[in-house]
Amino acid sequence: MTDAAVVPKKRMSPRKRAALVRYIQYAILVLLVVVLALIADWGEIRRAFLDIDIASQLFPDVILIALKNTIVYTACGFVFGLALGLVLALMRLSSVGPYRWISTGIIELFRGLPALVVFLVLGLGLPIAFGVNLGNIPTVTLALGLVGGAYMAETIRAGIQAVPKGQYEAARTLGMTHTRAMVTIVIPQAFRIILPPLTNELILLTKDSSLIYVIGLSLDEYELTAFGRENMNAFANLTPMVTIALCYLLITVPLSIVVRRMEAKSGKAR
Amino acid sequence: MTQTETTPAAERGAAVIDVQNLHKYFGDNEVLKGIDFHIARGEVVCVIGPSGSGKSTLLRCVNLLEEPTSGTILVDGEEITDPDADVDGLRARIGMVFQQFNLFPHMTALRNLTVAQEKVLKRGKAESLEIARTNLEKVGLSDKADAYPAHLSGGQQQRVAIARALSMSPDMMLFDEPTSALDPELVGDVLAVMKDLAAEGMTMMVVTHEMSFAREVADKVVFMDGGVIVEEGLPADVLGDPQHERTKEFLARVL
Repeated sequence: MTDAAVVPKKRMSPRKRAALVRYIQYAILVLLVVVLALIADWGEIRRAFLDIDIASQLFPDVILIALKNTIVYTACGFVFGLALGLVLALMRLSSVGPYRWISTGIIELFRGLPALVVFLVLGLGLPIAFGVNLGNIPTVTLALGLVGGAYMAETIRAGIQAVPKGQYEAARTLGMTHTRAMVTIVIPQAFRIILPPLTNELILLTKDSSLIYVIGLSLDEYELTAFGRENMNAFANLTPMVTIALCYLLITVPLSIVVRRMEAKSGKAR
Repeated sequence: MTQTETTPAAERGAAVIDVQNLHKYFGDNEVLKGIDFHIARGEVVCVIGPSGSGKSTLLRCVNLLEEPTSGTILVDGEEITDPDADVDGLRARIGMVFQQFNLFPHMTALRNLTVAQEKVLKRGKAESLEIARTNLEKVGLSDKADAYPAHLSGGQQQRVAIARALSMSPDMMLFDEPTSALDPELVGDVLAVMKDLAAEGMTMMVVTHEMSFAREVADKVVFMDGGVIVEEGLPADVLGDPQHERTKEFLARVL
């Protein structure tokens, strides 16, 4: 008996302890789900969020108008933003002082402003100040492009700087000009590096495209959020919002899958 | 051509690389302190010396990867340090091999060899491919044409890099410690390719730590230390019977 008292209490091995902690975490998760499911008013949820009747009335407009417009607005903004971001990034890396100052100014300005403000200035400010009315697509292209481009410029700059200096030197020693070396050797490698953050930016722009509502839209110009809000008010029901939420996922999830495939493919060439 | 009066032209012979009174500063640090150096056509010159002696900087000045602070460099009689010189055209004629290979990782080995032929020399696709395949075969890597650099060993990458430089049909080749980043058992393959090149009469400037290569292949060995050329001459003389104390010390440490 005295012997047993001397032997230190046997402690659990680190691996066993980690496993136990994990089981406790699973248990808490299951418990939470069960409690939420029990206290939720399912009838009310079905009525307010998942009304099949209302959902079916949203089709086909939710796809043919709203989803289509969201994709068009986002694509326009992203393409312009990517081009602008690349130009701003190259300007920031330039040895010419004024180029660097101008691009730093543009980046700081549009990265710092809320996208909503940019939309308002372009959509409502320009017509008042200059009597120019840009129209929907140009406004959304400019607004999303300026905001997205300012963010992407910094991402692209980091990507270009992450390409080893030897790559540029090797290209130059083969007789390539600065421009040719950047276009053929450095920038393609930079884009491989920044593919994940660029995808992030595209997804953010998808959601930011909803801000176009501030300039006023006609029915066939509605994108997903405006369409959802309009129908939510019309039906006094949240089902339209659930529907458009699923539509957003219909854009972003396949996008993520495509990018993951591209990453895996370029990973082979590393 | 504005030739400065330093050495009589006749003595210099047919120097394809002619460096005169070259100085290079990095900030306040003088890395090259007045280098006079020349390589004749078909000559193989090995530049040896301790790290920080300025030997790589000298090599990188020859194709203007580093801008000389002062001095004159003539390549094929053309003053490349002249602000009006066609540097890109010049670089296309001087092959360069780096310590870190610097293959383009997003292109296959074959594409690495053709891209500059097409974009710089404006050769047609078929011609570029033919030249590329010939050079891959020359370095013994025909079977790796479609492999990406990441799937090649260091020694294979360096041989592809040599083939890439050769595909531009250069007049001369610069090697910047081509075997220093390789595992010891891969060094031999790369040196063998370089020996073949030397035997074909290629003009070569090689910064190296491979003393046996210098002894065997070089027409001239240049020992640099502290930004100056301490000693130069035949390999047997410089490596076998060094006259300067610093050369002796260096060789005692590396041999």
